[in-house]
Amino acid sequence: MSSDLAIRVEGLGKAYSIRHQHNDHVTLAQVALEKARHPLRRSEREDFWALRDVSFEVNRGEVLGVIGRNGAGKSTLLKLLTRITGPSEGRIDLWGRVGSLLEVGTGFHPELTGRENIYLNGSILGMSRKEIDRQFDAIVDFAGVENFLDTPVKRYSSGMYVRLAFAVAAHLETEILLVDEVLAVGDQDFQKKCLGKMHDVAVDGRTVLFVSHQIASITQLCDRAILLDNGGISFGGPVLASAEAYNASMRSAPAMAERRTTGPLRIDDIDIDPGPVSAEAPKKFRFSVVPISDFHVPYSVSAHVVDQRGMVIAQCDSRLVGLWLDPATPQDVTLTLRQPWLLPGEYRVDLFVYSSGVIDSIQGAGHFTVGPSLPYSGAGIDEALALSTVLPDFLYSASSSAVELASTPQHPGIGASE
Amino acid sequence: MSDTGTTSAAPPPLVTIKPRRSWLPASPLELWTFRELTLRFAARDITLRYRQTALGTIWVILVPLLGAGILTFVFGGVADLPSPPGIPYFVFTLAGMVAWTTFSQVTNRSSSSLVGNAGLVRKVYFPRLLLPISTVLSTLVDAAVSLALLILLLLISGIRPGLGVITFPVWFMLVVFLALGIGLIAGALMVRYRDITYILPVAIQFLLFASPVAYTLASVPADAKWLFQLNPLTALLEGMRWSLIGTERPSAWLATYATMFAVVLLAAGVMVFSRMERQFADVI
Repeated sequence: MSSDLAIRVEGLGKAYSIRHQHNDHVTLAQVALEKARHPLRRSEREDFWALRDVSFEVNRGEVLGVIGRNGAGKSTLLKLLTRITGPSEGRIDLWGRVGSLLEVGTGFHPELTGRENIYLNGSILGMSRKEIDRQFDAIVDFAGVENFLDTPVKRYSSGMYVRLAFAVAAHLETEILLVDEVLAVGDQDFQKKCLGKMHDVAVDGRTVLFVSHQIASITQLCDRAILLDNGGISFGGPVLASAEAYNASMRSAPAMAERRTTGPLRIDDIDIDPGPVSAEAPKKFRFSVVPISDFHVPYSVSAHVVDQRGMVIAQCDSRLVGLWLDPATPQDVTLTLRQPWLLPGEYRVDLFVYSSGVIDSIQGAGHFTVGPSLPYSGAGIDEALALSTVLPDFLYSASSSAVELASTPQHPGIGASE
Repeated sequence: MSDTGTTSAAPPPLVTIKPRRSWLPASPLELWTFRELTLRFAARDITLRYRQTALGTIWVILVPLLGAGILTFVFGGVADLPSPPGIPYFVFTLAGMVAWTTFSQVTNRSSSSLVGNAGLVRKVYFPRLLLPISTVLSTLVDAAVSLALLILLLLISGIRPGLGVITFPVWFMLVVFLALGIGLIAGALMVRYRDITYILPVAIQFLLFASPVAYTLASVPADAKWLFQLNPLTALLEGMRWSLIGTERPSAWLATYATMFAVVLLAAGVMVFSRMERQFADVI
């Protein structure tokens, strides 16, 4: 069996030391002064284990999903597997070269031409010159930059730039490939192409570690997944069971723990009715945004409704309706989600505050359940619901039908899915 | 960083990653497997250095000429120090500049190569030693140009170096060793303490005047001579100049001292660097 292994991780751990004096910028002078004052005392440190006691195996040709929320240890695991940083304990055995699609465009230099960047970036990612030579046309073709090969990439549109960057990374031919979530880049067409390429990679017999917190793409691409939580593996098994465990952990998690940043504005006072509510009833989410420190730029908020598979089915971004909030005073926000109708099941709500970037975010700010009754006049046949993501509001008419079948007619044509 | 070791599994793993705290570089062989990347880094640095300049590669020639010109003016003109008999002051300083620019450029560039490539260090793996080493390669280009200029001047002015010229590569190598040794230690420290960014240029500036770049050891007051001789650059500069234009040769014990100094410093640099390497991505 062991000859089929591609990755073996045993008791892996990574500790970061946190200094206690809270110096953001430790200078040489400060260190020297401290040493001079207390020559015998070692500076007080505490170890923070970003990852501990992690063991798993991946067979050759397997596509393993790694899921977990922000801060669960996913990126630390990737950094260790790619040798960017060293482990504090445990060991990793790798049978094959490791390529990573962690950061698209790492090492791209704006002053260099497209051609120069392909070679530089390829080398940085671990390709030999021969490999790059061989793949050159495919890379250029994939990125669609034939006419701009000798133009410095600083003159590229941002779309061209990411396309080229992704194209180089996507043509890595290592036996083991680490793929991080935020890979689908560029416009919609290109995103499709990226996802297609990732899918190709996943099915062509290479060993892939696919990291994401988009459960939807994990369930599509992987058979097996491990769930990281708090630096350890809390579940490992078939991908659907792992996804289930992930969602369960998201529900049970204390909402505030999922906070991403501690910026000048904080989401507070969240009120999300856990239901059950009916599919077609408007859903109300209330929360407030409180200024913590001086901030003068109007900001926007967003709520994501996430279904059990981890797919964001509604991104209610206030920018879409032209709502910008004044940061000077605390704001009470109420979001009413009228459409789409939701399938029966459990949903998670993530909240975000944006200005020029994410200022505050809470994954799993609340959960609610949609009850089993359907807003249709016909029978709720499971088979007829199986493929939909949301409940479409639709209307049929035919030249001669035995019975007129219609859903409520007041919102025709919204959210129709095939 | 990685040891290709054997385990109980039938085919040994290609790479084993384990905790490591060692003063020795993990795998010197790995540097060789990454040689292509080293060359690419060097090529990138050279390309970028001149790409957005109006005069482009002419700067490669102008910089050493201007440098030697200024030193000639200050030391030969204003301070009115004598150059060795039969050698124009400009030729004398240019010979010193070949060694000095190599030293200062390797020190500067290798020490800032990690911080300058922080994005890469944070996100991609390669033996970190590649970065400082690649700066040596890109500096070789500048050194070659200065050297070519000097040779041209020697031909014009009819100065013939003696047999000592065959020792030039050795002096050159020692200068690079010394510079790289300092660069490795400073570079590794700079990752954590950005103070080095400010200290180093001042130290190098000081060294420029404290080393016989534009004057000979002979013009140093006798009672301060020992102080100058403590500086390993003194023997290396005098040695390289002797090999190029046949000035006075440094004494054997001084040359030995400088050689040992350079080799030990390089070894120390590699050790400090290897010891700290694993944390670079975490703290940079």
